[in-house]
Amino acid sequence: MTLTTVPPETEAARERAGRLFRQHGALIVLGVLLVVGSLTFDSFATVANFGNIATSSSFLAIIAIGMTFVIISGGIDLSVGSIFVLSGVLAAYGSQYGFLVALALPLAVSGLFGLAQGLIIARTGMAPFIVTLAGLLGARGLMLAISDEGAATYLVRDPLFAKLGQGSVLNTGYPVLVAAVLLVAAMVLLQRTGFGQNVYAIGGGEDAAGFMGVPVARTKVAVYLMSGLLAGLAGALNAARLSSGVTILGIGLELDVIAAVVIGGTLLTGGSGALGGTIAGALLLGVIQNLINQVGDLNASFQQVVSGLFLALVVIAHRFLGGARRIE
Amino acid sequence: MTEATTARPAFERAALLAWLQRYGVYAAVVALVLFNAAFTPNFLAVGNFRTQFVQVAPIVVVSLGMALVIGTEGIDLSVGSVMALSASMIALYLGYGAWPAMLMAILAGAVAGAVGGTLVAVVGVQPIVATLALLVGIRGLANVLLPQLKEIRNPTLTALGSESALGVPLVVLVALALTLVVLFVVRKSTFGRQVVAVGGNRIAAELAGLPVRRILLLVYVVSGVLAAVAGILASSRLQASDPTSLGLFMELSAITAVVVGGTSLTGGRVRVLGTVMGALLMQLLQATLIKHNLPQSWTQMAQAVIILAAVYAARERR
Repeated sequence: MTLTTVPPETEAARERAGRLFRQHGALIVLGVLLVVGSLTFDSFATVANFGNIATSSSFLAIIAIGMTFVIISGGIDLSVGSIFVLSGVLAAYGSQYGFLVALALPLAVSGLFGLAQGLIIARTGMAPFIVTLAGLLGARGLMLAISDEGAATYLVRDPLFAKLGQGSVLNTGYPVLVAAVLLVAAMVLLQRTGFGQNVYAIGGGEDAAGFMGVPVARTKVAVYLMSGLLAGLAGALNAARLSSGVTILGIGLELDVIAAVVIGGTLLTGGSGALGGTIAGALLLGVIQNLINQVGDLNASFQQVVSGLFLALVVIAHRFLGGARRIE
Repeated sequence: MTEATTARPAFERAALLAWLQRYGVYAAVVALVLFNAAFTPNFLAVGNFRTQFVQVAPIVVVSLGMALVIGTEGIDLSVGSVMALSASMIALYLGYGAWPAMLMAILAGAVAGAVGGTLVAVVGVQPIVATLALLVGIRGLANVLLPQLKEIRNPTLTALGSESALGVPLVVLVALALTLVVLFVVRKSTFGRQVVAVGGNRIAAELAGLPVRRILLLVYVVSGVLAAVAGILASSRLQASDPTSLGLFMELSAITAVVVGGTSLTGGRVRVLGTVMGALLMQLLQATLIKHNLPQSWTQMAQAVIILAAVYAARERR
């Protein structure tokens, strides 16, 4: 530390580089990985493989859209993994009563979970971390209760509902299309509406937002409701894709979702972030997994090491590039 | 905090909540024990008590570290993965004997904690993200090092999991000893006071000249070491190293024990005995429901309600 003062232009440049990295870092790394993967493996850059990556990433992406809203508002939602599994079981169970029940039942329950969590967080001021941790346990318990302690697996009886997860147009799976439509809608909601402004304002400073007349409680409830609904939808779509409500999925999924959002440049301190980055983050995790699968002799658990290292590198980069606000 | 005594009804309500927050977990444990003594056949049998304590021992050990971390207004999500890493290290180094293997496991826990602590204290990453990265990465590392479950055939290690001294299982003795050490550290040592000071108000602690970074770093190292010890205890009980499923959800159990035990998530307070009681409460709850033929699903839903109630009671005090 020989320099005591940093020239303002250097500081500004660093700030700009930091912002650039934070907003587009995931996309840049994704691009690099795609190029490297294509050059290294013949079976990587094929339409079928890209379709696979997109489909398997779409469920994570749908949940991550909701999580981005939650995190920008300064909160966190640990319950999404459990709600994802619960909804999958409910969708498969409901499919015996037809397409509509298969879709409406999981959405109703996941919506209720999100709503209840949002109300508790907004009305009591309890930490989102703890409330959604209780939600994680509660939703898992409910899932075990309706699946005979995880022993019963419901099969999807409705062919039309199964098609929702398995069908495709132009090599693009329906889950990918759903994710894309939701992404566009969510981007409009976050960037072009008063609601989106309110979410940013609350994350930036809850008390200040309240003084400015932002309906803090209502916005928070809406954000957690949305996160619950999207996790439920992803669970239902996944059940349709697998033709059954598998009870052992979703463990640790909330952590993958949070990782995708953070890698995408959204700060966990709230008030800042964007959906484009989140999608890049979700795809990045999908591509890493796919590339590791391409290296046949690598252990599958290697993916976790890489993902963890990646997440660590990204947050360190955020800090050093000055992208994150200093708390001290 | 007994200064606020102006409005009498309000005071009574506040006092009740304060009492519940301080002693609610003890009351709940006593109530559950009484209920079981009355309605559960064989509950009071020595063998059953032993089983309960043996099962809760690793959770208690992990929760002690978690209580210290939460006391600094942090969180450590990596503990379950560190347990798995500890199991892997045991399997890898068992060829050199039980003690070197355990030493390597503890060393691995310390290194994992130091990495997390460095991210939090030096780089300034939020604890939840830093330890999330470790949760993902370390579980993978544990699996890479030991791709499948491996049986432990070492007599010293299997004895640790199955033998008793003075009628108390060794696993329980280790948990008890560590509890006393942490209790002493929190109540009597400078380090304990520093942890509470950093959690209470970091800026004030910095201004007061406390080595805040070193304290934070050390707290995560302690948490990592305790998680590694828990990994050793659990592996010795299983008589196997199981990096795939050992310690899954442990972070949630530990956070629950700490929070239910009355340690505030906003830092500045560490309740060691409350934490042990919190872990016992969850263990007893599960045992009670199982003994009365109620399924696992009920335990999780009941846990959810207890967590919310405990944090709600704590909230009123702020």
